Amino acid sequence: MKILVCVSNVPDTTTKITFTDNNTQFNTNGVQFILNPYDEIALSRAIELTDNGKGSVTVINVGEVTTEATIRKALAIGATDAVRINAKPHDAWYVAYQIAQYAKANPFDLILTGRESIDYNGSKVAGMLGELLDIPSVSIIKKLDAADSDATVEREIEGGKEILTIPYPFVAGTAEGVAEPKIPNMRGIMSARTKPLAVVEPVEVKTFSEIISYETPAPRGQVKLVAADDTAKLVELLHTEARVI
Amino acid sequence: MSVLIYTENAGGKFKKSIFEAVTYARAIADQNNTNLVAISIGDVDAAELAALGKYGAEKVLNVSGEKLKNFINQAYASIIAEAAKKQDANIVVLSNTFSGRGLAPRLGVKLDAGVADGAVALPEQNNGKFTVKKTAFSGKAFAMVELTSTNKVIALVPNSYKVTETGGTAQVEDFTAETKESDFKAMIKEIVRSTDKVSLPDAEIVVSGGRGLKGPENWGMIQELAELLGAATACSKPVSDAGWRPHSEHVGQTGIAVSPNLYIAIGISGAIQHLAGISSSKVIVVINKDPEAPFFKVADYGIVGDAFEVVPKLIAAVKEYKASA
Ligand SMILES: Cc1cc2nc3c(=O)[nH]c(=O)nc-3n(C[C@H](O)[C@H](O)[C@H](O)COP(=O)(O)OP(=O)(O)OC[C@H]3O[C@@H](n4cnc5c(N)ncnc54)[C@H](O)[C@@H]3O)c2cc1C
Ligand SMILES: Nc1ncnc2c1ncn2[C@@H]1O[C@H](COP(=O)(O)O)[C@@H](O)[C@H]1O
Repeated sequence: MKILVCVSNVPDTTTKITFTDNNTQFNTNGVQFILNPYDEIALSRAIELTDNGKGSVTVINVGEVTTEATIRKALAIGATDAVRINAKPHDAWYVAYQIAQYAKANPFDLILTGRESIDYNGSKVAGMLGELLDIPSVSIIKKLDAADSDATVEREIEGGKEILTIPYPFVAGTAEGVAEPKIPNMRGIMSARTKPLAVVEPVEVKTFSEIISYETPAPRGQVKLVAADDTAKLVELLHTEARVI
Repeated sequence: MSVLIYTENAGGKFKKSIFEAVTYARAIADQNNTNLVAISIGDVDAAELAALGKYGAEKVLNVSGEKLKNFINQAYASIIAEAAKKQDANIVVLSNTFSGRGLAPRLGVKLDAGVADGAVALPEQNNGKFTVKKTAFSGKAFAMVELTSTNKVIALVPNSYKVTETGGTAQVEDFTAETKESDFKAMIKEIVRSTDKVSLPDAEIVVSGGRGLKGPENWGMIQELAELLGAATACSKPVSDAGWRPHSEHVGQTGIAVSPNLYIAIGISGAIQHLAGISSSKVIVVINKDPEAPFFKVADYGIVGDAFEVVPKLIAAVKEYKASA
């Protein structure tokens, strides 16, 4: 089985998000970038599915040269080879379009993405890729079992789950439960340096969205403390002051 | 032109998040002096469909049929896109549910539309610019996104827009759209939906527990408090990682983002990744034995104390309040 895993390069989860230039630019000063945690899950499952010579895992990233550390990490975890499409990821549409061009020329049985990127959180790349390649897409899966010609996936729905069987090729966005994230071992780290990383130039495409500015959530006022033995007071405040019960 | 709203049903019924999205789409139609058309796919009865008129839909397109009973992402996207074209709708609104998040990107591609997922406020429309406020950085920030295409797809986050009833009635029409064989490749084998519990993404009140609760055997009081308040239960990541609670309850930057009216955090420290997922909550209550817990810095109300003493007392107080109300 040939699997393509889409990986994004995102700010570490501990990052305090701030902006510059009158709130129009994300402040990357001092920010450490990592492999998107959900993509790590997708990659880990792809490696499990192709273990012992049962296939290959290609990771693909749309990004500038600075993302190569993240791509090498994916190779160290166990991907077979990597592709970087040399462009700034303008938005999900731009990213999906570039990856679709690549996947049209180099077909895969299964394409995995993370459920969402933790920076722009669109959950959009998987569905857009599915549409561009005219194949099924399934968002937010918690389980993926692969058979020869199809896979069974468990999809999250409000208050429950849905179990589907989908023939290859298809695209799936993975979340927790699909696999335990793998940690690179010494051998993986050593071999990652010599694994193939192809750099491909982007194709031109019109985009439909622009980020104009950012805001951070409004700060909350000072916390109102209630004594531990006066829970009735809390209930009263929630009823009369906050009006939420 | 018109505005098209896709009204997702759950087992033949519309949830509150759908009424929010209809109200929101109505407001967008008003901004543009145009009509609001709803489209429903699946098995929904006529009364339920006509009731969408109360929230401002003028017309409801009803798409039914055995093959379309359950959500098939590709097929539903084909139908909604065709309806948008036939209705001359250049704005399509959906709710940012799990299914909505699967549909929005496919619709975007089909309609050459910019997609604003995770919308939390009405679009700003001036000088020919169309800008939507959406969540970004997993709840740590918002982005103002301009959609520069003629067609637009917007997915509204549940609990971020208030339902209002206009008292109108909607005219219900049957609608059929062409689907391709290849739209039905994905096959649903089973749907499991618990009907007795409030689902976390929809919940107006969430009672959440962290590692401070020591073990899964102590979740009884969390569930009891949640039941009393009509709330959903949630947890921090280490709690679900340890298998004390299912992954579907884990909130935060790498879990579910929620925006309830009330979030009650019990025995949770308030790590930055946890706070990301709950920062849109309207009111936050924190119960923690450590007065220095970071969660208190973002809380509206707090009790410093041992959860094993405070929560049973809180349950008693809620019972008393409910008995007197
Ligand atoms: C890549 C990454 C992603 C992450 N994503 C998430 C995420 O999405 N969501 C998330 O939640 N976390 C996430 N985390 C983990 C996060 O950093 C914290 O470790 C986690 O939120 C802590 O959970 P906790 O507050 O339940 O546990 P702890 O930090 O152990 O806190 C327990 C709290 O309970 C209090 N307590 C103890 N006993 C009692 C008692 N008897 N009564 C009252 N209070 C008591 C303590 O004072 C303490 O504040 C992520 C971490 C990483 C590295
Ligand atoms: N720049 C990128 N390059 C490759 N894959 C990406 C990129 N951005 C996002 N993705 C993939 O798409 C998924 C969803 O991203 P998003 O639609 O931004 O939430 C991520 O989890 C990645 O798998």
